[in-house]
Amino acid sequence: MRRRLLLLGPAFGWWAVFLVLPVALVMVYSVFHRGTYGGVVPTFTLDNFARALNPLYLRVLLFSLRVAVITTVISLLIGYPAAYVIATLPRRWRTPVLVLVIMPFWTSLLIRTYAWIVLLSPKGLINNGLAGLGLIDGPLPLLYNEFAIILGLVYGYLPLMILPIYSSIERLHPELREASSDLGATPFRTFLRVTLPLTLPGIAAGCIFVFVPSLGNFIVPDLLGGGLSIMVGNLIQGQFLKARDWPFGAVLSLALIALMGVLLFAQAWLLERSRKQAIDG
Amino acid sequence: MNVPSRPTTGGRFAALLSVVALVVAACGAGASPAPTTAPTAAPTEGPTAAPTPAPTPEKPSGKIVVSNWDLYFPPDLIANFTAETGVEVEWSKHTTNEDIVGKLDASNGTGFDIVFVSAPFAEGLNNRGWAETLDHGRLANIGNLAPEADKLGYDPGNTFSVPYTWGTTGLCYRSDVVSFTPSSWNDMLQPKPELEKKMTALATDRWLLLPALKSLGYSVNETDPAHLDEAKALLIEAKKHLLAYDDTTFYSKLVSGDASLVVAWDGWCNYGIAENADIKFIVPSEGSDLWSDTMVVLKSSGNKTAAYAFIDYILRPDVAKTVVDLTLYKVPNPAAMALVDAATMTAFPNLGMSPADLLKGEPERDLGDAAPAWAQLVAEITAGQ
Repeated sequence: MRRRLLLLGPAFGWWAVFLVLPVALVMVYSVFHRGTYGGVVPTFTLDNFARALNPLYLRVLLFSLRVAVITTVISLLIGYPAAYVIATLPRRWRTPVLVLVIMPFWTSLLIRTYAWIVLLSPKGLINNGLAGLGLIDGPLPLLYNEFAIILGLVYGYLPLMILPIYSSIERLHPELREASSDLGATPFRTFLRVTLPLTLPGIAAGCIFVFVPSLGNFIVPDLLGGGLSIMVGNLIQGQFLKARDWPFGAVLSLALIALMGVLLFAQAWLLERSRKQAIDG
Repeated sequence: MNVPSRPTTGGRFAALLSVVALVVAACGAGASPAPTTAPTAAPTEGPTAAPTPAPTPEKPSGKIVVSNWDLYFPPDLIANFTAETGVEVEWSKHTTNEDIVGKLDASNGTGFDIVFVSAPFAEGLNNRGWAETLDHGRLANIGNLAPEADKLGYDPGNTFSVPYTWGTTGLCYRSDVVSFTPSSWNDMLQPKPELEKKMTALATDRWLLLPALKSLGYSVNETDPAHLDEAKALLIEAKKHLLAYDDTTFYSKLVSGDASLVVAWDGWCNYGIAENADIKFIVPSEGSDLWSDTMVVLKSSGNKTAAYAFIDYILRPDVAKTVVDLTLYKVPNPAAMALVDAATMTAFPNLGMSPADLLKGEPERDLGDAAPAWAQLVAEITAGQ
């Protein structure tokens, strides 16, 4: 028992100090008054919650949700085939290819996002290249719009989709697929009825890994969106860093945390249900 | 003022470096500091010439901690100061005004001897009782400041802050691309078709609202909700024509041709001019702001003698001149501006703006309790369709 506690200790301490404590702090701040120069005045109020009901903030939240959902879906559509191909490569090729997938993480996301500006801007490489080939008359609107935001997020978080899916496909026993085809299933049917359901946990993990940071991201909408449409992350950042309104920033953070909590529980529940069905069926 | 001097990104760093290189090349080695050591030695034979040697001012010694934006001190400034006075300076770097104010919050106004902040933040530090009331008798060089520099609304008489740099906000544009000479904020708010999606605006609250407030004839520190709403409507309309909001790379967008006209701080427009001489800067006819970045001694400083000595050192014309060379901002020190290389002054015409011209601009003030209303407005504009 003591050893178990000893082993649990560091993780538990980390969890308490860096997760429970900050969230508790955010909750406490959310019911306090704003200090004129930042910080909070510890007198109770629910005004901050009332302010958050402004349709403006709901609209920002919906826009963020839409961007995060589209990003996740595109990442899945690109990531699953990529993971599948990597997992079916000869063993000696898998590690090098996985390293390639992770390699972008060696550079800061900020710098890689700036690189997209060089590519996408009206006088950027792509537009200049296409114009040089005589394919376009005026620059294509590639930058400073929703397209650019989603592109930047998909680019940034795609590896987080590929890796968990890869590991779930890789763990799959080839015998299962062989059995399916021996019993007469077409490859497509095998994929749909065997591979896909069994790799669902990987898909779910990948979707969360992409969805969560996309929803709260504020760098990409700033740089690639040109600040023309803001996401909830920008809103929160602005409250803390510019408006010096910590209580309201805390309320917006709580809204984001609550939303993610609900989605994660829903996802866990669906997964559990499908697992049970797989066993029962 | 603002964000300008806060090179926080790699891009800006590189840009500044290239500017520095250019300026160094332009100035050559000739501009060696000719220590115009100022009035220190002035009271020579006063009528009340004391029989005993005048009480020698306390000699600075020890160490001070100074917080300033990265790249906002000329490279040799601290080393030269230390060589001259023996005072060791620890340069603590902050990325934004909010950053250093946050640090001071955490330590209740302690831990630093001098902080460099934009004017409204200096006002905030003073309102909280953290800023030392300055004894001008300990700043022998304070007389080098332009008379206009102690008429700034946030701190008349420079009682708690000394301006380090100052300037204004205007339109920075490609004179070889734009078919007319911009003269009004409306050239950006209600643009001609040729500027469609060829403009950027500043996104930081104070400067996001500035063009609309000024074009409507309101204050840059406006708090009247009706006036703010009018400005909001104008800005949401103007947003449709923008390429992007940009606080950090707008001048490179002019250089690359992505943009033809941008809302810009004077000094930052100069970074564009450094790369393309067709880039020009104007202050719209409706008027603009007067931003300043200031030096504030903290009440909690344990070494005020050295802190005063450091500020006094920066007030020396030969030292302040190196700040202009580095940042391409104006300094409120006419003697220093006079030392700036003629080639630099010609290349960057807005460096020649006189203190009297600058004073036509309205200094930004601390918004105090209006800050949340401004923040809401910013959210409504940036989230607006």
